[in-house]
Amino acid sequence: MKGILKLAFKLLVNDKAKFSALIVGITFAVFLMMFITSMFFGVLNHASSTVINVGASIWVMDPAVQTVSNSVGMPDYVLDAVRSMRGVKYAVPLYTGGALVKLPDGSYQTVTVVGLDDVSLFGRPALVSGKIEDIYAENGFLVVDDAEIAKLEYPEMGSEFELNDHRVVVVGLAKVSTSGLYGTPTLYTTYTRAVQYLPNPRFTISYVLVEPKSAEDVPRIKQEVESLGYLALTKEEFMKRTADFFVYQTGGGTNMLIMTLVSFIVGLSISGQTFYTFILENLERFGALKAIGTKNRELVGMILFQVSFTAFIGYGFGVGLCTVLMWLARLRLPSYAAMETYINLVIAFAMVLIITAISSYAGVRRVLKIEPFDIFRG
Amino acid sequence: MGRIAIQGTGLSKWFGEGEAKTMALREVNLEAEFGEMVYIVGPSGSGKTTLLSVLSGILRPNSGRVAVEGTDIWGLGNDELADFRLKKIGFVFQDFHLFPRLNTAENVAIPLILRKRDWDASIAEAVRYLEIVGLEGRAALYPMKLSGGEQQRVAIARAIVGQPDILIMDEPTASLDGDTGHNILKFVHDNILGEKRCIVVVTHDERIYDFATRILKMEDGRLAGTERSAA
Repeated sequence: MKGILKLAFKLLVNDKAKFSALIVGITFAVFLMMFITSMFFGVLNHASSTVINVGASIWVMDPAVQTVSNSVGMPDYVLDAVRSMRGVKYAVPLYTGGALVKLPDGSYQTVTVVGLDDVSLFGRPALVSGKIEDIYAENGFLVVDDAEIAKLEYPEMGSEFELNDHRVVVVGLAKVSTSGLYGTPTLYTTYTRAVQYLPNPRFTISYVLVEPKSAEDVPRIKQEVESLGYLALTKEEFMKRTADFFVYQTGGGTNMLIMTLVSFIVGLSISGQTFYTFILENLERFGALKAIGTKNRELVGMILFQVSFTAFIGYGFGVGLCTVLMWLARLRLPSYAAMETYINLVIAFAMVLIITAISSYAGVRRVLKIEPFDIFRG
Repeated sequence: MGRIAIQGTGLSKWFGEGEAKTMALREVNLEAEFGEMVYIVGPSGSGKTTLLSVLSGILRPNSGRVAVEGTDIWGLGNDELADFRLKKIGFVFQDFHLFPRLNTAENVAIPLILRKRDWDASIAEAVRYLEIVGLEGRAALYPMKLSGGEQQRVAIARAIVGQPDILIMDEPTASLDGDTGHNILKFVHDNILGEKRCIVVVTHDERIYDFATRILKMEDGRLAGTERSAA
C-alpha cells in the first residue's frame, strides 16, 4: 500500500493548482470555524472571570442570577444560615459591583469593585507589588494589573482616585488569571469598605462563598441552600450557567452556530467541488488503473489518503492562521477575548472530518462506478 | 502448433434488455498462441473492442468461457481477477491514458508499484524499460513534453514492464501519424512479441497489417474468419 499511497500523493500534489485550491478551501474553512468558536469561548471565559479568579468551590446566590456580573443582593442571614449548615467548612461573603472612579485628570472611568471577606480575604488575587495586609489601611484598594489598567492611567503604589467622594489609595498591584468581559479595570478591597463606598440596595451580599468539608457534602449543602430559597452552584456549574446565558439568552450561541455552519458550508463547497473536479479529470486514468489490475479497495485507499492528507494539512494551516491572527490581535488588544480550547480544536477537526467524508464519498462513488470497459470504448 | 495463450469458447455478450437489447458478441470462439500477434479487425460496432475486453478480463460475458494459459478467468473473484490482469496482461490503451502529473518513469512503474514493489526499484526498472522502447534520457519528462509516438512508447513500456504473457493493444495507431504508427508496431513485433508472449491487437489501420500473425475479421458480433495469415 505504501507505493500506492506515494502514487496517490504524487497525483495530488503535482496538480499544484487543484492542490492549492483544496488546501486554501480547507484552511479558510478551518480558520473561520476556529476563529468564530475561539471568540465565543473567549467571551464565555471572560464572562466567568470573577468565578475563575475568586476560585470558590460553591457559590450561593439569588436564583435570579444569570451571570456572575449581575448579582442580586442577599440578606445577611443567608451567610449565617450557610455557616451553620452541616458539611460547611467555612463560608464568607463577597461583594461585586460596578462604580465610577474619578481619575486625577478629572475624567471618569467605570470599574468593577470586588469586596473580599474582611477576615479571611478569601478569593484575593496574587500581588505583583505591595503587601496584602495594606488592604486594611485607610482607603486601601488593590488594582488588577491587566490590559485594562491603562484606563486608570497606569496607577502606581500610592496613586489616588476618587470613588463616590471617597479617596481610593492604591496599596497593591495584583494579577489575575482571566480579565473581565466588559473591558473595565478591577479593584479589590475589603467587603466592609466596598459596601461603605458604593451605593447599595438594602441587601449587600452578592455571593456567599462556601468551602465544603468534603465533596460528599456538596449535594446536601445545595439542598439546604435551596430550602432557604437560594441557589448553590459549584464553580463549574456557575460557569456553565453564565455560559448558558450567553449561548441561549443573548443570541450569541445561535450566531456562533450560524457562522460555524456557514464556514463549514464554504469549506465543503470549495473542497468538495475542487476534489470532485480533480476526480472527474482523472476518472479515465483511475479506470485505466482499474483495467491494469488495481483493486477497488486500493482505489478507495488512494482517494481517502488524498482527501485526508489535504484535510489535515488544511486543518494545520487553518489552526496556525487562527493562532497567529489571535496573537497579532493580542499585541494590540491584550484583553482580546478569543481563546483556543480543546473543544474548538475538536469541533473544527470534526467539521474537517465531515468535509473529508463527504468529499471522499462523492469521489469514491465516481471511481467505483467507472468500468475499465469504458476506457476501451473511449 | 504453439502453446495456447488465450482460448475463448462460445463467447456471447449483449447490452440492454428487451427491445433495447444489442448483441455485441455472438458465440465467438477463438484461440491465440504464444508467439502470435493476432489482429482483430472489423467495422465500428462489429464487437471487436467488446471481444478484447472479454478476453482480457475486463468485461464479463453473458455466456462462454475464457481461459488464459488454462485458467478460467471469469471463474475468478474480483480481487483474483484484478491480480490476474496485473500479473498476466499488459494493456496499451487507444489514448495511452498516461498520468500527466507523473513523469515518464513513474507512469511506466505503475504496474510494479501496484504489485507492491519498492518505489525506487520500480522506478529503476521503469527507466530500463524506457531504454528498451528507445526513450533513454526521457525518464524525468512529463507526458505532455513527449510526442504522440513517444507517449505510445511510454504506454508500451508500462504495459510490458511487469513482463506479462499477454499484451492487449487497443487501436495502438489511432492517435499516431502513419509512419509513427508503422514504426511502433514494427518495434513491438520485432522486440516485444517473442516466443513467450501473445499480443492481441484491435485495429482499423490496414497499414500495420504486415506485422500480424493472424488477422481475425469481425462482423456483427461474429468472427467472420481469418482474413489473412502472415508468416
